[in-house]
Amino acid sequence: MKAQDKQIGAPMNRVDGRLKVTGGAKYSAEYELPNMAYAVLVGSTIAKGRLTSIDAKAAEKAPGVLAVVTHFNSPKVPGFDTAGKDPSQPATVGGPLKIFKDDKIRYNDQVIAVVVADSWERARYAARLVKAQYAQEKHKTNLEASVSDAFLPTAAKKNPKHPMNDYQRGQVDAYKTGAIKLESEYVIPTEVHHPMELQSITAHWEAPDRLTLYDKTQGTMATRRDFAKEWNLPEENVKVIATFVGGAFGNALHSWPHESAAIIAAKVVNRPVKLMLTREQMFTNVGYRPYTWQKLGMSATPDGKITAITHESIGQTSTYEEFTESTLAQTRMMYQSPNVTTRYRLASLDVCSPIWMRGPGEATGAFALESAMDEMAHMLNLDPLEFRLRNYTEQDPEKNKPWSTKFLKECYQLGAERVGWNKRQLKPGSLRDGEWLIGYGMGVGTFGAHRGAATVGAQLLPDGTVLLQCATTDIGPGTGTVMTQIAAETLGLDPKKIRFELGNSSFPKAGTQGGSSTVNSVGPATQEACLALKEKLRTLAGAAFASAKKEDVTLTDGYLTLAGNAGARVPYADLIKQGGDKAVTVEAKPGPEGQQYSMYSFSVHFAEVRVHELTGEVRVSKLVSCADAGTIVNEKTAGNQMKGGAVGGIGMALMEAAHIDDRFGRYVTKDFADYHVPVHADSPDVQVAFVNKPDPHVNNLGTKGIGEIAIIGVAPAIANAVFNATGKRIRELPITPDKLI
Amino acid sequence: MNQFQYVRPSKPQAAIEAVTKDANATFIAGGTNLVDLMKRGIATPQKLVDINRLPLNKIEKENNGLRIGALALNSAVADDKLVRQKQPLLALALNAGASAQLRNMATVGGNMLQRTRCSYFYDLAMPCNKREPGTGCGALEGINRMHAIFGFSDKCIAVHPSDMSVALVALDATVLVSGPKGERRIPFADFHRLPGDTPEKDTNLEKGELITAVDIPDGPFTKHVHYQKVRERASYAFALLSVAAALDIENNTIKAARLAMGGVAHKPWRLTAAEQVLVGKPATEATFRQAAEVAMQGAKAFKHNAYKLKLGPNTIVQALRTAAAAA
Repeated sequence: MKAQDKQIGAPMNRVDGRLKVTGGAKYSAEYELPNMAYAVLVGSTIAKGRLTSIDAKAAEKAPGVLAVVTHFNSPKVPGFDTAGKDPSQPATVGGPLKIFKDDKIRYNDQVIAVVVADSWERARYAARLVKAQYAQEKHKTNLEASVSDAFLPTAAKKNPKHPMNDYQRGQVDAYKTGAIKLESEYVIPTEVHHPMELQSITAHWEAPDRLTLYDKTQGTMATRRDFAKEWNLPEENVKVIATFVGGAFGNALHSWPHESAAIIAAKVVNRPVKLMLTREQMFTNVGYRPYTWQKLGMSATPDGKITAITHESIGQTSTYEEFTESTLAQTRMMYQSPNVTTRYRLASLDVCSPIWMRGPGEATGAFALESAMDEMAHMLNLDPLEFRLRNYTEQDPEKNKPWSTKFLKECYQLGAERVGWNKRQLKPGSLRDGEWLIGYGMGVGTFGAHRGAATVGAQLLPDGTVLLQCATTDIGPGTGTVMTQIAAETLGLDPKKIRFELGNSSFPKAGTQGGSSTVNSVGPATQEACLALKEKLRTLAGAAFASAKKEDVTLTDGYLTLAGNAGARVPYADLIKQGGDKAVTVEAKPGPEGQQYSMYSFSVHFAEVRVHELTGEVRVSKLVSCADAGTIVNEKTAGNQMKGGAVGGIGMALMEAAHIDDRFGRYVTKDFADYHVPVHADSPDVQVAFVNKPDPHVNNLGTKGIGEIAIIGVAPAIANAVFNATGKRIRELPITPDKLI
Repeated sequence: MNQFQYVRPSKPQAAIEAVTKDANATFIAGGTNLVDLMKRGIATPQKLVDINRLPLNKIEKENNGLRIGALALNSAVADDKLVRQKQPLLALALNAGASAQLRNMATVGGNMLQRTRCSYFYDLAMPCNKREPGTGCGALEGINRMHAIFGFSDKCIAVHPSDMSVALVALDATVLVSGPKGERRIPFADFHRLPGDTPEKDTNLEKGELITAVDIPDGPFTKHVHYQKVRERASYAFALLSVAAALDIENNTIKAARLAMGGVAHKPWRLTAAEQVLVGKPATEATFRQAAEVAMQGAKAFKHNAYKLKLGPNTIVQALRTAAAAA
């Protein structure tokens, strides 16, 4: 790609693609430090109670073992001692588990010991020799059995403006008196993120008060803040490095016990300590999409106008932390209904805390809302797409504000054409191909176009490259690639001459990579840092540049040049002599636009499924995902995100479920033989289409965010297609063959 | 991992001796299941006797049949010309199992000796009579969606996970075994056990006995065969339930039939009564349905696997339909 080409929008290959496929990209478990030790966790085998003793003698005597740290011998973690904040009190909003602080067991496989040895194999062997005794208490791990104890989140109780409060416009529960009405219950089981890369960390106390962490995290700054706080250190004494992250889907948005354990272990043995979770521990200690029960009531007029919606949900959380998510947000703004009621509740169970999983909350809520839309359309004998069009919102009915942009109708049109929606029959079970019943379904998704403050540093290096730095992470969407494109276009420089470094808390600060906010936030910071760099170089470039506009200034082949003035050429060396190689650092922040507009990305997913008439097996034969995500900076990486989300949605719809045996309060799904994610054979060639129209309000680039809307709405699209194929409405995910025969 | 000794004899007799003499010794071939079990602390052998150097991987014609060496790789058997020609059902079943990578490591003998995938068996913190006799069956009143509907006991309701074995029991295979007391031949249907009071024993192999080969007699099942495996994803998953079907059809009349089910019992489940229903009847949907009903007699479900009572007959019908239609 040449410098003069338009960079934003170009389908550029990933800047780190070669490193990733050749093994050159270094992930958190791949750092080797001198004198490193290895840690393996030991988990509890009960869900609730107290530890009465731990017999670590055999483990301590095992070959190579350096330490076995438990509640009984752990050094004090100073930040755990904040008075009055007992993590076991559900009355508080709580916080991450404080491991080894007390003898309480709050969930099954809770970390009760960390074994440190001179090799990982030896640590793993010794970990199995640690024996614990418990005083067991009666546990609760079943949400359905805890519905009567469900409560309004504390944050909502304390603050009447908190979004988790009950919401209503018009009349409360007005659907009950509607002419045509439905009332359905929906269940989403616990789903686990399971990125390919296991959670891992290397903790290194470089000095008694200086800590470096090579960690799998979605936010280097957040992780730095958490552990600086845990050890009462100034934030600048903690450095977090996460150059590459092998997927996360939300489970690295939070600090987890294994990170605390590695840091404590490193303190005890006074060596750098590496700790990597097992796949089994990925089920139990790093969050999940919470088991959620929902009830949705809807009424409509015979001509297809929604008159009322009531949407209630109860999500599972732990006893020590109140995890909440926006399960009901989409219901409040997606359709034009004069009466809307939402009620969000939590149930505290003896489980590990959940954490946002791709399309958090909205993906769960959309399963209920978009299934109910299909159910109502069926009752009205209306095409589900037509039903949605009749209730389309031209402005946000919740906030009574204009949309910053909304091109959902364009998405509908793009998707309907590509999937062949005109083949869909109103009557379920009408289409078949031999033994396979064929059906079509759709589901809509939305997610806030969030933007936060971000800072980027830009620097001209003597070799003529421009180095950009930002603390943001790249968990897979291609952040480094699209920032390189934004910088290349802003500077007029060949992308090959740009290096965007990220994943280090020492770099200029940025928020956590989550909530589809990175391009919205770091994109403008990159753009502005590049403009500031050009401006700085212009001022150093002498008379010819004195009155030049910065848009006309470009960096090309070792020279600062000026559009329309071939004679104005200043070699970088001259600029560097005058201090041109010093970095400029610019922060970009959102303005008041969020007060004026309602800003959302939108998506629609269309599925064609085949259901076997005898075995109940479901195969997704077509999946078309269309997004209104503002400007698409790179259609290739953006398309990757959409496809990844769609495949995640197939998993959510058809196979993913983590089950606890409530008698033991313990997961029975603990590996990929029991917990299924889609394989290639389960994924059709997902077709992606973008409206690709800029949003002029979110930021100057016109972006709105992609990651979440890629999955939100996929599961109901598939469930609705299954209904269209079979006439069977499955309201409890996943839709496995046993539910269809 | 536990410390263990490792030996790699080159003669079958030496391997047999090594395992016979040592109470905690076990054979290892592909290791695709054993290594997992060792990593999790479920199997803790103190000596591994690697048999990969033994000359047991041939696939050859033998006395009106096919002899497949115990060390022949699953992928090699599935791709073998003789196998595809004489026993295509076996190739279909093999290719329905695991992944290409695993089939490239797993051997025929090892496939038969796979242990159950019951999640209670796999978790040291859960009760399991198969893993630790006397601790109880976790699945009996637990989450038993994957579990048995035939031949179980109150000690164990686990199922055997192999696809290959379902085809072999249907094809009247014989297992050739060499042990400290010499050689013997075990009919495939008697190779695996029902759990009874000793679910810790999966098979009737005795200590030190080494599987050397499997014999499959030639038969008429070279065309109308099908292996129907039902699972919630398209590939790389253990069966919710599977059916191996083989028919010999002449003028639309079934002359001979073989039928077996997987994912329903502690062993591959041969359906001889249903086979008898099929023989002499026209190859029609009604015949298949009738056979399927007979096949399910005596089936009993638990809390989460009642769907198998319906999925079973449906899958039998589907397998027979497909086998009959195979050109």
